[in-house]
Amino acid sequence: MMLSGWGNFPRLDCRVAAMRGVEDIRAVLDEAPLIARGNGRSYGDAALQPHLTLLSRHLDRFLAFDPANGRLTCEAGVRLETILEVFVPRGWFPPVTPGTKFVTVGGMIASDVHGKNHHVAGSFGRHVESMRVMVADGRILECSRQEHADLFAATIGGMGLTGIILSASFRLLPIQSAWIRQETIRATTLEETLEAFEESADWTYTVSWIDCLQGGKCQGRSLLTRGEHAMPDELPAEVASQPLQPRRKRLKRVPMDFPSWALNSWSVRAFNALYYGAAPKTAAPRIVDYDSFFYPLDAILEWNRIYGRHGFTQYQCVLPKQAGREGLRRLLNTIQKTGSGSFLAVLKLFGKQDDLMSFPMEGYTLALDFPLRGPTLGLLLELDAIVADHGGRLYLAKDARSTPHMFRKGYPGVERFQEIRAHYGARGKMQSLQAERLDL
Amino acid sequence: MTASVAGKDPVLVLGAMSDIGRAIAQAYAAEGHPLHLAARHPERLETEAEDIRIRHNVAVATHAFDVLDLEGHGPFLDGLDPAPSVVVCVVGLLGDQQRSVEDPAAAELVMRTNYIGPSLILEAAAKRLERRGQGVLIGVSSVAGDRGRGSNYVYGSAKAGFTAYLSGLRARLCKSGLRVITVKPGFVDTRMTEGMDLPKRLTAQPEEVAKAVIAAHRQGRDVIYVRPIWRMIMTAIRVLPEPVFKRVKI
Ligand SMILES: Cc1cc2nc3c(=O)[nH]c(=O)nc-3n(C[C@H](O)[C@H](O)[C@H](O)COP(=O)(O)OP(=O)(O)OC[C@H]3O[C@@H](n4cnc5c(N)ncnc54)[C@H](O)[C@@H]3O)c2cc1C
Ligand SMILES: NC(=O)c1ccc[n+]([C@@H]2O[C@H](COP(=O)([O-])OP(=O)(O)OC[C@H]3O[C@@H](n4cnc5c(N)ncnc54)[C@H](OP(=O)(O)O)[C@@H]3O)[C@@H](O)[C@H]2O)c1
Repeated sequence: MMLSGWGNFPRLDCRVAAMRGVEDIRAVLDEAPLIARGNGRSYGDAALQPHLTLLSRHLDRFLAFDPANGRLTCEAGVRLETILEVFVPRGWFPPVTPGTKFVTVGGMIASDVHGKNHHVAGSFGRHVESMRVMVADGRILECSRQEHADLFAATIGGMGLTGIILSASFRLLPIQSAWIRQETIRATTLEETLEAFEESADWTYTVSWIDCLQGGKCQGRSLLTRGEHAMPDELPAEVASQPLQPRRKRLKRVPMDFPSWALNSWSVRAFNALYYGAAPKTAAPRIVDYDSFFYPLDAILEWNRIYGRHGFTQYQCVLPKQAGREGLRRLLNTIQKTGSGSFLAVLKLFGKQDDLMSFPMEGYTLALDFPLRGPTLGLLLELDAIVADHGGRLYLAKDARSTPHMFRKGYPGVERFQEIRAHYGARGKMQSLQAERLDL
Repeated sequence: MTASVAGKDPVLVLGAMSDIGRAIAQAYAAEGHPLHLAARHPERLETEAEDIRIRHNVAVATHAFDVLDLEGHGPFLDGLDPAPSVVVCVVGLLGDQQRSVEDPAAAELVMRTNYIGPSLILEAAAKRLERRGQGVLIGVSSVAGDRGRGSNYVYGSAKAGFTAYLSGLRARLCKSGLRVITVKPGFVDTRMTEGMDLPKRLTAQPEEVAKAVIAAHRQGRDVIYVRPIWRMIMTAIRVLPEPVFKRVKI
């Protein structure tokens, strides 16, 4: 079966098998190397193994829910979309969510995903209380911070390389409405942007869109969005009677592969409209439904095809806070100078985190899309050098091209990670294309 | 058991561990119907049942059921409480054509699992529903039963028998207030077809089958093909004259 990540690069023929239950998985374990795949929303080669890729679409059962404390136990193939559908109307929300709801619980743990609330809630892994993981010899290990704590730690952010996550337990967050109170702040310089993050530290959700085309004085101009779960009494009258009832929207599908300039010009236009359209520096609060706030791109199914057949990559790095300001300037200078790639980037300030293999660390994360063409790869190497220089790292969930050297520099936990993998028999067995590329 | 919406008909799904059975159970539960799930391995069904309870907050009971145990059919049905008024039979076995040709016992198992067992359990259910004067019987048959193909006729003939049985049952019951729906899904992406190289346009997802079943139930249809294109394909295949058909490799 032809498979790729969300960036459509690389794309290759993989032998696949569906995981329906434990028996199916045990039956194919000795055919390793293999890798588990969630919903394929990582951009690069993390969920690909031509030899054998295990699909989790049918591993999608809810196993237990405790309405007293919001603890949900479910199989790893359950999608975030389903969790939202079932639990938002009952007053619960995922503790952490990435920018798309078309991801699985297994994928969220393996990439230890972060959301707009990282500075207050940390990444998804922090909320995981326990997991059942099948290791290479077919044993099923119940792991948590107390039991098989090493396996637990290495599986969070471990990109599927420790074993197959079968199920997990985590706490949902109580909410009173399906709506978000949102404010947008305009920042005309990088300084102002970073200040806006500090100033918004009390807000649960913050993120900014930054204009990469501007140099000089306007470098780093951005729109920062911040949000809180709205209380029922903040809602407009027409929805206030059913505060937990989300708005139903029709999804559009991108009908064909687009020429690659299309997405950029769309998003730039939207940015400019907001930027110049909103006169006051801080726009008045608005009430928006959670889909519009968290998953704006999900409204257009298969938007990745906008980038055309050659595919694209997302470059996402994080720089430690100390060196961050200077590092961000250098990154923006380089991007602006070459003028290739993406005009808009997402910038966010992460809170403290220091886990074995997780991407987030306290500092600034910058994410931007690049169509995959020759010159892009050269630019990305330049960006790598800057990131490495400032003690930063790249996000494996987005990566399709970085080098073993760059990876090892960014992830000092890798030696320990490999020891744990060896201890559980995972080396050479639980192996994605990405792991092979990164020499893991 | 958790509460369920008052007044919704209880639904029995036979073969509830199959991908299509699971999808149909979920779809009925989403509409608030309480469920009976039946399969050969009820211990695995409990996970299925709990998932449905969490998602849809309906009552779900699980039962051991073997369609080949003909004597057990009656007691099985009589033991269901509340008695179902919708019965969906998803049970089937594709088997391996080559093996079926070589080994009569293998062929017989395919015939009994697709024809005899499903027909007789629905007949037994019909008798019980007739007493109450209402109910819906749904049989998942196959386009393979529309004409015997060289590559698949053991399974195809058994499904043909089942299709004919459903058609007769429908005719017999049409005055009694009971309805019978025949489902011919075409290719479906399930465990049964895993690893086969199926054309995407002709292949439905289990959820699509479930949606079509519910729609047929609501709209009072008799025979459905899940993707409309299959009705055309099968019409074409049925009208081919036998001298031509026997030479076509499908
Ligand atoms: C539009 C968009 C927005 C995004 N926004 C964000 C964001 O804001 N924050 C963020 O952190 N990420 C973000 N991402 C990335 C995405 O959240 C991650 O890539 C996530 O891992 C994808 O989940 P998936 O289920 O699709 O997993 P896949 O892409 O299929 O797999 C990802 C990794 O998880 C492993 N894995 C999956 N299932 C299992 C399992 N059962 N057992 C063991 N390993 C498993 C795979 O081996 C692979 O290494 C975004 C992606 C897109 C497309
Ligand atoms: N997939 C397709 O392309 C396709 C196309 C047309 C029609 N169909 C029909 O759709 C139905 C469901 O098939 P599927 O694709 O979902 O595949 P499947 O998983 O193989 O389903 C077969 C089901 O039949 C059950 N079964 C077999 N023998 C049984 C017995 N003796 N007693 C009780 N149950 C028994 C199995 O139960 P266990 O869980 O106990 O094994 C399983 O639930 C079948 O009738 C099939 O013929 C499928």
